[in-house]
Amino acid sequence: MSDIAERVKKIVVEHLGVEEAKVQENASFVDDLGADSLDTVELVMAFEEEFGVEIPDDAAEKILTVKDAIDFIKANS
Amino acid sequence: MFDLSARRALVTGATGGIGEAIARALHAQGASLVITGRREEVLAKLAAELGERVQVVVADLAAPDAAERLMKEAEAAGPVDVLVNNAGITRDMLAMRMKDDDWSAVIETNLSAVFRLSRAGLKGMMKRRHGRIINIGSVVGATGNAGQANYAAAKAGLVGMTKALAAELGSRGITVNCVAPGFIDTAMTQKLDEKQRDSLLGRIPAGRLGQGADIAAAVVYLASDEAAYVTGETLHVNGGMAMI
Repeated sequence: MSDIAERVKKIVVEHLGVEEAKVQENASFVDDLGADSLDTVELVMAFEEEFGVEIPDDAAEKILTVKDAIDFIKANS
Repeated sequence: MFDLSARRALVTGATGGIGEAIARALHAQGASLVITGRREEVLAKLAAELGERVQVVVADLAAPDAAERLMKEAEAAGPVDVLVNNAGITRDMLAMRMKDDDWSAVIETNLSAVFRLSRAGLKGMMKRRHGRIINIGSVVGATGNAGQANYAAAKAGLVGMTKALAAELGSRGITVNCVAPGFIDTAMTQKLDEKQRDSLLGRIPAGRLGQGADIAAAVVYLASDEAAYVTGETLHVNGGMAMI
């Protein structure tokens, strides 16, 4: 597992208060991990801070799963 | 009750009568303060009187990036747990004579700047799962007032914004409320002539103008942990002149 993936998962676990085992790459933030709209905004902000990337609104809308987040950060950092 | 010693509060417009009273009251409850306004010497004097636990930041919120900068500077020294959006201006004029500039200046400072400063403060509050935003509105936002189309619109706008933010942020331990003063004895109302004052007093059941401390007490309450279940509310403090 890459470093980026680990760090993304750690942020998800911390912010959503879910068990690490549930944070699979194909897990949807909203459907599988119980995030509400505010949670998703907070996650995006946390990713931006952790990785020093800027995630524009149109890109943020497409980040629906853990893998989406990892892919975006890999491509943009 | 109403112990604020673990809290840090930012008060805008602390150079005005109501803002100064709010700053003093929060400080008296133990809160640390960030006081802001346009006049440095007035802020410095207030800070010197209050003594410890006070940071002064000079800011003119009419400038578009001022809110962001102000919040950044305030948060560099510590968290902002309580944000009191008190700064406001008037450009009173009958609508027929009101220039676009009179309209937009009041909307900009009294409404848009409040939004920008609140947005800037939310990030930290969300992270900490706690926050208090207290917007100082006005009775005229609910009743209207001749000569104040701009001011009344901005203050009514604050009420709607307060409710929207309260709905968005309730799940994060952040409350957003409004305190709507009636006529308070400050420089802003000292512009009234004797006749206007007398006619005004006739409409106030309490029989007096309000004092800054009357407003400050409402702010202290809403800032406290005891008010955790009050959000999206407008608390009218007007001596009964408008019961709404």
